[in-house]
Amino acid sequence: MSALPIHRGLSPTARIARLVVLGLGAAFVLFPYVWMVATSLKPQAEVFSSGLRLLPEHSAILTNYGKALGRIPMGRVLLNGAVVCAAIVVFQVAFALPAAHALAKLRFRGREVLFGLVILGLLVPIHAVSIPLFAAFRWAGLVNTLAGLVVPFTLSVFAVFLFRQFVKAIPDDLIHAARMDGLSEAAIVRRVILPNAWPAATAFAIFSVVAHWNDLYWPSIVVSRIELATPPLGVLFFRAAEAGDDYGALMAATVVVTAPLVGFFLLAQKAFIEGITMTGLKG
Amino acid sequence: MSDVALARTTAAPLRRLRHDESAALPLVAPIAVLMLLLLVLPTAAMFALSLTDAELGATSIAFIGLDGYREVLADRTFLISAKNTLFYVAVVTPVSVVLGLGFALLIEAGTELRGFFRSAYFLPVVSLITAMATVWQYLMHPVIGPFNLMLGLVGLPPVNWLAGSDTVMWALALIGIWQQTGFDLVLFLAGLGAIDRTLYDAAEIDGAKSAFDRFRLVTWPMLGPTTLFVVTITMINAVKVFETVMTLTQGGPAKASEVLLWTIYQEGFVFLKLGSASAMAAIFVAVLLVLIVLQTRVMDRKVHYG
Repeated sequence: MSALPIHRGLSPTARIARLVVLGLGAAFVLFPYVWMVATSLKPQAEVFSSGLRLLPEHSAILTNYGKALGRIPMGRVLLNGAVVCAAIVVFQVAFALPAAHALAKLRFRGREVLFGLVILGLLVPIHAVSIPLFAAFRWAGLVNTLAGLVVPFTLSVFAVFLFRQFVKAIPDDLIHAARMDGLSEAAIVRRVILPNAWPAATAFAIFSVVAHWNDLYWPSIVVSRIELATPPLGVLFFRAAEAGDDYGALMAATVVVTAPLVGFFLLAQKAFIEGITMTGLKG
Repeated sequence: MSDVALARTTAAPLRRLRHDESAALPLVAPIAVLMLLLLVLPTAAMFALSLTDAELGATSIAFIGLDGYREVLADRTFLISAKNTLFYVAVVTPVSVVLGLGFALLIEAGTELRGFFRSAYFLPVVSLITAMATVWQYLMHPVIGPFNLMLGLVGLPPVNWLAGSDTVMWALALIGIWQQTGFDLVLFLAGLGAIDRTLYDAAEIDGAKSAFDRFRLVTWPMLGPTTLFVVTITMINAVKVFETVMTLTQGGPAKASEVLLWTIYQEGFVFLKLGSASAMAAIFVAVLLVLIVLQTRVMDRKVHYG
């Protein structure tokens, strides 16, 4: 890719100015990460005495990360997060893709009503329905269960909306040909629609995982037991368990819960950025 | 080939319609049921509850009509909360949009370290915000936090950050900007990438010599729809501020950082006042609705430009 022609032929001064300004911005953005990692290496005494010195004199890496992993069942928390996010994405795509296919390619009674509901659903955030949902979940015994964390998000009207756009772009002839070959509509969804809508599915999956890995609102309502905590709740539980100001251990814990998603991002930056851009309209 | 096509267009419609009817039902049934259970009924219940004085654990429940809304709109905490949310949106939106645009233009302007900067700025978007909020809390610690240590280094008095009632919303907004700028930047980069390069050549032939001219004549007008879109999405995100407040301030000190979602959460799930919490939620949805309608209209304009 070439540079945008707006600044074609930057002078050496302009080149340096660009790097300086962007560098200062990046320093601000990255400073919390640097400080987090540096502090996670410091013994408690040094946290209070070292001032602005970044690196520790004596490493407390084992103590801090030992506490981060041991003070609360951190492995369990990470596993909960992974299981919940994976279940949510799988259900969302499994339910949304067939519906998107029907809405885009089939004519049936009630199609307009259904699509109207999808659009309406885009306007209602979980925060609005959380009170009745919580009451219903209490009645149904879903409070303090993993299912309680997953069920409200198995429906993604946004996924239906996004996939419908993609399915519309698939040529009708491709689908007709599949029907001629004797494929059922369900098989068409699996073998024609899914491969063709794969970029949308990937983008949506990234968007969904980022959103639900980070979500604190619903988990904090429906879960109060540490064995069911997702990473954001885990951080709060850890901080509560760590009554004093043991910042080294706290920072180690934040490194542990932040690392998985950041790691995936660094491995697949292009997919992440494209996924978030494509789904940017959700908000 | 043409025979097949002809047969398809004449004989097919009726058969196709019948086929479609029976084929569509199993495909849409799951989502239809889920929409009823997770969307339609809860939304209806939320509006119904907002017209009552329902409290969890109370023995009776009375219909009070719009009185609930009147009470909420006169409630001191709710008003503070609305004011604080407005403040947060009014600070975070312009700053993160302008920074996002500025950094996006700078990244695109040259070739060195492009990928590094893009990823660096984007990092907060994929970072667990609850965890990063605790890091910010440490950065803003009054005594051992590096921010105040740095201020001390240059001879400035320490700032109270999250602990002061007149600074707490600024501190939260700073974290919000840190979180949002990379997101806006990436959307702007996508918008910049979609601009037809030949427009710049045309502008140059028409006498646009300086970089600023090219920005004013090509980039800015072509980026107009993207910018409007980024502004509304940033506002929608900012209205939903919750994680940092719950993690760092719990609405304090002395309600100085009450924001809408936190207030609704408290009212509904801590004080268990389902009626007034639902009225607050309904008002919150109304605010979001306005923003989303705004966003949709922006999207329509975007199509016209395309």
